[in-house]
This record gives sequence, structure tokens and C-alpha cells, in this order.
Amino acid sequence: MTEARLVVGPFNRVEGDLEVTLDVAEGRVTRAQVSSPLYRGFERMLEGRDPRDALVITPRICGICSISQSAAAARALGAAMGLAPTPQGALAAALIHAAENVADHLTHFHLFFMPDFARPAYATRPWHARTVERFTAMEGSAQREAVKARAELLHVMGLLAGKWPHTLAIQPGGVTRAPGPREKARLAATLRAFRRYLETVVFGGRLEDFDALTSSAALMRWSGGDVALFLEIAADLDLQSLGRGAGRYMSFGAYPTEAGPAFAAGTWAAGVLGPVAPEAIREDLSHAWMQGPAAHPLQGVTEPDEAMAAPGYSWCKAPRLSGQPMEVGALARQVVDGHPLAVSLAAEGGVLARVGARLLELARTQVVMERLVGGLTPGASFMAQGTMPRHGSGAGLVEAARGALGHWIRIENGRIAGYQIIAPTTWNFSPRDADGTPGPLEAALEGVAVEGEVPLAVQHVVRSFDPCMVCTVH
Amino acid sequence: MTTLLWLQASGCGGCTMSLLCAESPGVMDLLDDAGIRLLWHPALSVETGAEARAILQDVAEGRIPLDILCVEGAIARGPAGTGRFQMLAGTGQSLMHWVGLIAARARHVVAVGTCAAYGGVTAAGGNPSDAVGLQYDGSHPGGLLPPEWRSGSGEPVINVAGCPTHPGWVTETLMMLAAGEALPLDAYARPRFYADHLVHHGCPKNEFYEYKASARELSEIGCMMENLGCIGTQAVGDCNIRPWNGEGSCTRGGYPCINCTAPQFEDPSHAFVETPKIAGIPVGLPTDMPKAWFMALASLSKAATPARIGANAHADRVIVPPTLRKPR
Repeated sequence: MTEARLVVGPFNRVEGDLEVTLDVAEGRVTRAQVSSPLYRGFERMLEGRDPRDALVITPRICGICSISQSAAAARALGAAMGLAPTPQGALAAALIHAAENVADHLTHFHLFFMPDFARPAYATRPWHARTVERFTAMEGSAQREAVKARAELLHVMGLLAGKWPHTLAIQPGGVTRAPGPREKARLAATLRAFRRYLETVVFGGRLEDFDALTSSAALMRWSGGDVALFLEIAADLDLQSLGRGAGRYMSFGAYPTEAGPAFAAGTWAAGVLGPVAPEAIREDLSHAWMQGPAAHPLQGVTEPDEAMAAPGYSWCKAPRLSGQPMEVGALARQVVDGHPLAVSLAAEGGVLARVGARLLELARTQVVMERLVGGLTPGASFMAQGTMPRHGSGAGLVEAARGALGHWIRIENGRIAGYQIIAPTTWNFSPRDADGTPGPLEAALEGVAVEGEVPLAVQHVVRSFDPCMVCTVH
Repeated sequence: MTTLLWLQASGCGGCTMSLLCAESPGVMDLLDDAGIRLLWHPALSVETGAEARAILQDVAEGRIPLDILCVEGAIARGPAGTGRFQMLAGTGQSLMHWVGLIAARARHVVAVGTCAAYGGVTAAGGNPSDAVGLQYDGSHPGGLLPPEWRSGSGEPVINVAGCPTHPGWVTETLMMLAAGEALPLDAYARPRFYADHLVHHGCPKNEFYEYKASARELSEIGCMMENLGCIGTQAVGDCNIRPWNGEGSCTRGGYPCINCTAPQFEDPSHAFVETPKIAGIPVGLPTDMPKAWFMALASLSKAATPARIGANAHADRVIVPPTLRKPR
């Protein structure tokens, strides 16, 4: 029996810094340790500031989930203020947020995930030449088309949010810019162009037909666009059974408007749906370079252990819901929302499931965005005003592209007394907890085959989660 | 062929995300067309782990010549000067260590974004990770590299500051460097092609500004200088001359300019969205404006505010259109 330890890093084409340490025996991972090697201390920066400053500072945690951070901060402040956005303000904020998440899904599929299949190691596969042409890093024709389509989609930000990333447009009471009739017409034009791109290039078919798929088997028969190329690869490499998770999913619910969230909130485990109980969240610090007891984020602190002492191995805390690690992301959102294809994929829970659900969500969110634009009412109020309390607290729970994102704020004497953030990848890439239970990625990597210094299966599993490491530790 | 290496230090990655918003042409076509070959970029290149380490090692030891080093993100020096708050995964060394090694090999060094330039938001609020810019610590010369440091071409670090940077600022800087053209810099080492403008230039709220017709709360379309913390009259940047993401800018989005191209913008010593005042008078003058004249003009123009402009300033859209004149 051969045993070895392999350190994989810098792990690129993920957002931010990531190091994965693998114990390998007989060509398979026996134990994985996932480390976030960057600490910036955003939660500490916020202490003592005017609460409204959170809307400037927290988006800058992350350049790819910036709007998600804005939305969570606005909701947390709103909860503390007792202020809800106007119905039209909520709708515009949801549209801005959805546009970011769609752009992120596009970026992940084309720039982060697919290029690994263009590697020479796959040169003998029947799909390799086509993948090289479409997805070679920096060169592939699909990459360049995606970057163009993404930049044009993000004109939604230029119209509604000033710029992307890092906007101040989303506020507790709504949004700072009230779109008029011509903005509504222009947004519709931008979305129609984006739909044309999705239907002709990415899906090679109608989005509604993709949304109508009801099982993993039906998905595998989809024959259009770059999605079909991915599915051909997935079938050939058995991405279905690669990197399976524990099958416990959580979503805070996405794009809340007067009509409720576009994608429902809840948990899903072994086929059973349940409500999310945010009060049952604890962050465990046993294997993080952090000091203090396990705590709910309203009581939590961020005290870095500058000695970086063992058994700590990451700056990432280990969030647990009722003591259990949870997987978050597009698959979680779609299964909790009850989409039949996602339910079928969630039972598999591997690389194909995560990427397939992300594609499903790409198609469905386009429809959501179109509906939101259709519902814009020029002339209505897009922002309510409120006052910041001297003392108070609040939580802002939203869905970033990569999954559930929570902000918890405590205000004392008109200043931020405590601010805790749990990002999606904090859930997915958490280290072990006090019971020794590994985080979702660590668990998904166990048993994965490892060959050479750059084990490709490991690359696929890690990237299938679409990690955002800058959010993870913040 | 110009070689380019991109490192992400302690930041949010948002300048890369913004760069991907470059249009006509997109960033990949643009780099190709300018003869710029990307040796490695952490978000875009295929090479990972051992493959990426080999590239960095080759550059650090001079086996691959490096024309342009772009660094995005501040340099975390903590804890206690070790740089261990940001380790370059898989190498056992800090990012601080790697940037120092590779900067010494580069013909040009470009700090992309305010974090890389001056520390930026990574250095906010007590600076938990002891972060600095490449050649500045806030507004003070000397960061990771001392003030007198020069790259292979004899230049200081070029500070393409902004939070995030406009894709045009980065691509035009790179194209000018690749073409061997002069790139004049301002006193904080920012390219003058965008730093010689103020965010105020081309701001659609200029008519409100002229009459000090001020928004009182976010969502009102009046000028945001008097009450809402906007410092577009002092902040450098051509944000309202060339738009963002199609046709946007901060002030077009209805929220104040927070001076993100400047050192120490992250800690303004007041709430970002509130203008500090002394005895009811806003602190902070438009750049190059003598105080007495500003006060005199402001009170005069405020008194002369046309009804249309005063009404619109307090609405969330234009409610009173301009009066039309019939041609004679």
C-alpha cells in the first residue's frame, strides 16, 4: 500500500486563494484537508463604524459576489431598522442580484470549470478536439462568446446599479435609482439579447424546454449547444458518481419580492424538505485559526490566531446547521425549490449534479429576470426611507450564486458592535468541526482517484462547487 | 510579444471581474491584438498547482522574461511582518514574498486597483492584516517597496487605482506599456489619462450642482455633494466621461462618489453617505476652488435656483420638464 500526501496549490480558476491537502493511499484520497490561506478581517474592520458603512465595505469582500454582499447587508440593516424595501424597490434589487448570479454561473461554466477538459491528458477522448476549440483557457471560442455576452448582460448594472462590481444602489428601503419607461425598454432589450445567446450558443434549444426536463436521464439526452458537449463529457468520464456529497442541502431563498422568493427557502436531506432555522446555526472554530467558542453569528467573534496553531488549518470557520455541515449552491436552491430535475440530480449529488443544476438555474433565472423586468412600474416608489436605531440587531439572509449568504449585525450606541458573515463557500469548504466531521468538499473528495501532481478528478470536484474563497474568510 | 503575469494578492478579485467587462473588443481579443501574452492569471489560466508553481518559479528566477507584472490586491504584511495572513497556496511562502521576488524581475509593475496601489479597503478600519500597497502605505510613499524603488524600465509602480478599476483604465495602461509609449503619472503615480479628470466632469447632476439644488436622501435626483457625501468634485477619474457597464457610473446610479481612486478613501472619518458639516456648512471644497468664492457663488446660486430644478432635486425622477421655447 502506497501512501502519500499531496498539496494542491495554488488552486486557480476559483475566486481567491485555496490549498487542498490530500492523503492518498492506493491511488485514492483517504482524507482531504481544505485550507483558505487568506485572512483580511472584514468583520473587524466594521466594528465601531456607522452601520450604513456596511453597504460600502461588505461588497468589497468579493468582486464576484459583490451584489450578494450588498443585498445581505441591506437586508440586515433593514431588519435592524424595521424597514422593508418598497415592492418595486425589492423587484429592482432582485433583478440586479439575479443578473450578477447569472453572470457568475456563466463565468464559472466557461472560464473556471470547462477548461480542464481541454487538457492534453484527455487527448484520446472523442470529445477532446471540440472541447479544445470551444474551451481552451483564454483561447476557446466559447470562452470569448461568453465573456462578450456576460459584459452585455451586465449593462443591467450600468442602468440600475451604476456599475459592477461594488455598487451602493441596493439600500434597506430599495434601490437608489428609479427606472423609468425607457430604462424598462432597454432592460428588456438587453435580456432578449442574452436569451438569444443562451438559446443559440449555450443550450442550443429553448430555455423552457430545458426547464421542462424532469430527470437526470432526460438531461443526459439533451442534444443542443455547449451543454450537450458537457453532457457527453460527463457521461464518458462518469461525472455522475464523481465527488458525491452528503446530500444535505440548504437555501435561504432567492430574489424575494412581494410575491415571495423566486426560489424557495428550506433544507433538503434524503428526499425530505424542511424549513431553515437560522437560529440553529453555529460556527465551530476547532480547526480554524480562530479563537473563541462555537457560537451563533449574532454572538460570534473574529479573533485570529496569529500563531496559526494546530489543529487549526484554515482561516475558514466551520458553520453547522443543527450540528451538521450543509451543502449550498445552485443544486441546493433548485432542489429546495422542488424542481424535478434538481430532485433527481440531488439524489446523485456529484459533479454532474452540481454543474447540471447550475445550468438549470441559468435557464430558469433568465425567465425570472424577464418576469422582474415585466413587473417594473415606472412612476412607483423604488425606495423607502427609515432611521437607524441606536441599538438593535438584524440578519440578512440571501442567496449568492454559490449559495446561502448571511450577514448578522449588532448595533450599539449607533455604531456597529458586531458583524458576522457566513458566506456560501464557508459552508461548502469548511474545515472539520469539533466532532471531526469534515466539511462538504472534504467529504466529497474522499475516495476520488488521484494520478500525478495535478490530479484532474480533484480539479473537477473542487470546481464543481464553484468556490469563492475571498468570500469564505472575508 | 509582451509578457504579462497577474498575481492576486489580498483583495476581492473585483478588478479582474471588472476587466472581464471590457467591450469592443473584449479583454481576451484586446490582449491578443496588442501582442500581450498572459503567462499566468489566477482566475483565467489553465495551469494550476504544480504547473502554476513552475511558471512562477521560472519568472522569479529569470528563465522567463517578464515585461509587465500586474498585482491586484494589497500586500498583507501581518501577522508580525511575516506575511502569513496570505500564503501562496502550495508554496509554503507568503504572497508578500512572491511579489517581492517577481517585482524585481519585471520591466513594468502595475498595481491594479486601490488595494494594490495604496492598501485600499483591505487596509480599512484598523487594518487587521497590516496591509499596504505595493509602493504606498495609504498616502505615504513606501509600501512593500520603498519610495525610491524602480522597475526594470526605471519607473515606479504604476497605480491604476479605483475600487474597482474601470476596464478601460487597465487595458489602456497595458496597451500603452506594450507599445512602448510614455505613460505620464500624477503625484500618486496614477496614469494621468484618467486621473486628470474629476468624477464631476460629465456628471448628469451638474445642473443641480450649479444651483446647489441638493438631494436630502438617497433616491432623490439632486446633487449629492451637500448632504450625501459625494466628493465627485474632488475625486479623480473619468467615470462620467466614459461610462461603466454600458451607461453607468456611481452618480448615475443615484449614489455618491466615495473617491475610490484615492489613497485612504476607505476611512473617510465620517459615514460614506453623509457630508460632514461644521455649523451647517459642508466641509470640503471642489478641487481648485477658493473657499470665499465657493461660499459666495453657492449662496448666490442657491438663491437663484429655478423652480424646475429645485422641484426635481427632491424627486426620484424628473417631475418638471424644461420649459420649451418656440423658435421665432
